[in-house]
Amino acid sequence: MEHIVIIGNGISGVTTARHIRKLSNHKITIISAETEFFFSRTALMYVYMGHLKFEHTQPYENWFWKKNNIELKQAFVEKVNSEEKQLVFSNGETMNYDKLVIATGSKPNKFGWPGQDLEAVMGMYHKQDLENLEKYAPNNKICKRAVIVGGGLIGIEMAEMLRSRDIPVTFLVRESSFWNGVLPAEESEMINRHIKEHHIDLRLNCNLKEILSDENGKARAIIIAETSEEIPCDVVGLTAGVSPNISFLKDSGIELGRGVKVNHFLETNLKDIYAIGDCAEQHEAIDERRPIEAVWYTGRMMGETLAQTICGNRTEYKPGHWFNSAKFLDLEYQTYGWVWAQPKENEARFYWEHSDGKKCIHINYDKNTHEFIGINTFGIRMRHEFFDRTLNNKQSVEYVLEHLADANFDPEFYKLHEKEIVSKFNKENNTNIQLKKKSWTRIFNLQA
Amino acid sequence: MKAIQKIGLGIFLVGLGVFISLIFLGSYKVTSTGFEKFIADKGIKSELFINQIKKTVVDKEITNPFEFSSKVTSALNSANETHKKNSEWEKVIWDKPHSFSYQLAKEFGAGIVKENKGLFWWLTFGLGIIGALLFIIPNVILLGPKGIKNNGIFHSVATNGRSWLGWLVFVFLVSFYLLLYFAPDIIVNWTYVVDPISQSLSGGLASQWFLYGFLYCSVMTVMAVRMYIKYRHNKYQILRTTSVLFFQIVFAFLIPEILVRFEKPWYDFKNAFPLDYDFFFKWNLDELLASGGFGLFILIWGIVLTLVIVPIMVYFFGKRWYCSWVCGCGGLAETLGDPYRQLSNKSLKSWKFERWIIHSVLIFALIMTGFTLYAYFSGSQEVLGIKVQTIQDIYGFLIGAIFAGVIGTGFYPIFGNRVWCRFGCPLAAYMGIVQRFKSRFRITTNGGQCISCGNCSTYCEQGIDVRAYAQKGENIVRASCVGCGICSAVCPRGVLKLENGPENGRINPNDILLGNDVDLMALINKK
Repeated sequence: MEHIVIIGNGISGVTTARHIRKLSNHKITIISAETEFFFSRTALMYVYMGHLKFEHTQPYENWFWKKNNIELKQAFVEKVNSEEKQLVFSNGETMNYDKLVIATGSKPNKFGWPGQDLEAVMGMYHKQDLENLEKYAPNNKICKRAVIVGGGLIGIEMAEMLRSRDIPVTFLVRESSFWNGVLPAEESEMINRHIKEHHIDLRLNCNLKEILSDENGKARAIIIAETSEEIPCDVVGLTAGVSPNISFLKDSGIELGRGVKVNHFLETNLKDIYAIGDCAEQHEAIDERRPIEAVWYTGRMMGETLAQTICGNRTEYKPGHWFNSAKFLDLEYQTYGWVWAQPKENEARFYWEHSDGKKCIHINYDKNTHEFIGINTFGIRMRHEFFDRTLNNKQSVEYVLEHLADANFDPEFYKLHEKEIVSKFNKENNTNIQLKKKSWTRIFNLQA
Repeated sequence: MKAIQKIGLGIFLVGLGVFISLIFLGSYKVTSTGFEKFIADKGIKSELFINQIKKTVVDKEITNPFEFSSKVTSALNSANETHKKNSEWEKVIWDKPHSFSYQLAKEFGAGIVKENKGLFWWLTFGLGIIGALLFIIPNVILLGPKGIKNNGIFHSVATNGRSWLGWLVFVFLVSFYLLLYFAPDIIVNWTYVVDPISQSLSGGLASQWFLYGFLYCSVMTVMAVRMYIKYRHNKYQILRTTSVLFFQIVFAFLIPEILVRFEKPWYDFKNAFPLDYDFFFKWNLDELLASGGFGLFILIWGIVLTLVIVPIMVYFFGKRWYCSWVCGCGGLAETLGDPYRQLSNKSLKSWKFERWIIHSVLIFALIMTGFTLYAYFSGSQEVLGIKVQTIQDIYGFLIGAIFAGVIGTGFYPIFGNRVWCRFGCPLAAYMGIVQRFKSRFRITTNGGQCISCGNCSTYCEQGIDVRAYAQKGENIVRASCVGCGICSAVCPRGVLKLENGPENGRINPNDILLGNDVDLMALINKK
């Protein structure tokens, strides 16, 4: 029986612990300074918005950990002493480990803006950020305006949070259109429109110059770099991305880049030390993925994989086809496979948008072979299994269009747009694709 | 828009205030000639009772309904006590004291309410409905673009559970049901305001049950408007709401009343045994058999509904076809109760409690019915030394009134809107067993998309920890799921879909979710 110590109680660390427990009777300790129990970070926004209470963000009841013999320790790791296989906590205590899993996640980026450490300037990542926001922006009387800096997923979520309490929001986005480094122009434009529909003051092509302080060291306004415009505000949200939370590992001897460097087995340069989740950086990126993937499900998958290795079945981390999802205010987004912001040389695109401007699909496929490469959908839910199999079997774009009814995952009785989509494709490409009726046999792969 | 809402709330509260004050607004004047006729019609032979009433009630004006109630019921009780002691059985008045008092009060009530039924309908129902709609309809604009709008639910005293307002609503609802079931003589004035409607439907004056039916339909209609606005982007919710509303108004309210007009038995064609627990009671069977071919048709329909239609429909569509598309209890829960759905308890403990208690109620209902039928065919009053009447009374009191009504609805603002459906309904228990073991219905989990946010579990009115399945990539197949579809609606990642599909692969426990290495998935998930 070994002592497995996991630093970080997010999805990566907790998944590792759960799977190690399924496979072995190792002693498991999870360390976190943030909270006693695991919670879903992605759900923090809903607590502020009043959709949930904090306890609802906890996927397991509090008795779960004891029952599964997983020890929880609330402490801050200051140092890893890898030679003695020992952790040193901020209060001076120590803990020995046989195997160490680093799953410390991310922290919000700050780019050296003047005033970035003032009061009422915050990211939206930790539970403490939520508490801070509750303190500085409880309502629109105390917070007359908030400025959010950085147009990514967390930025738009923070805007949505503040708008739920009718707080005016100015949203500074560096790019010329929201998230257009990831999304093609059409989708990006759709979100721009939707942001404005929610009465958010969207400022594209705008960078932050500095945050001004009042006499008490609290933010009172920001200045936009491009225009020198001063915008008075009571809260500043810094949401310009996240980076690995690894500063405590500086002198540990563990090889660091932007994150903790790992091989495909999630092993660091030191024996018995592993890193997973947002804080891990692959020496060589896997497929088309980024070396650091700050995504919920990749953290979970790394945990599933690493538990195998730790329990004696050394397993390479091989994520399957890329997929993801998000919600931009009221717009649901899903993606399967790759749809780059800009088409690559060999790629052709098919785009359909509903007349209400809130639904679209964007398919990426190979110009020459017609092999399906990826799909973005807004306002239409799609079946993960369908696209996973389509990508595995290297099916064509025509196959996907023919089987759109199989792929659809919208609730029952929703208006389906498949006919319209297929006929648009036929018209543009001079093809004669016939939409097939939904088939359970195909969906469940019952023939195979 | 917010000003309109405030005005609406004000009007609603005035309507509610008038409604409550009606209890105290009437007076009762039993005339001696009227009373003679009343006792002659009822065949009352107890001179003890007659004399007592003559002394304390007749030709007196009583303005306090509680005083009237207590005078009549105490006269009745003490007379009965004496007659029973003296074995003067033919003199005993077998009516329930408060029902008897209700009949007397209904007949001899007087005063402003009885004289102005229409006016008071407007001052109670009218103001309530108009005010509520003024409060609800501005949300078309206030809620902003279509989508899930649960903002502030846990910040509001109205919807965050055990707040002062939650307890106040609780006290109101519980008091209402206690009066309705156990002291209808107190609420005679309420029945007056719906007399004209009752007369136009069935031809008779309104009983407290007619009042309840009318109020039920009104509340559901108003709160259905709220559902239409809140979920206007979601066709499943819109159709489902329309369906429960239709079945409540047409099947539970209009058809039975019209049947009465044509001198047929009052019957709700969608109310299936064992939810309709007195279907096999002797009085009902006798009434049905006495009403010729039509009564026989109802009898056969009732049996076929429970034994054939219910399980077949559950096999194809899950129990949702009944619980959240047809049922009246479900209908109220999905309209009036929708603002409280997040208050259901999701703990493992509550699930264990639920399974014990709901299946106990089912067994209780079946045993009671077994006794009843045995007694019916054998002609005896007792089975195994237990009086059948006693066991029926216990069921009617504990389950029919206290559990389904007082607790079932009264606890909406405390334990969520499906307390009865989740913990008590024997029909739900029966359908749940079918749904769990032999059905095409499931909530499909969409591969590896779940982010464990917890919206699905929080908004599950049945207290199912939906996330526990979704985050494992596992379909949700649970006896208690009523298929309301809200988990799917509130999911921000498009993870959940209610479907009827092949049974094969419906239950799919996985350790590793779709999206990970295929070899690893094959290794771990093979069973």
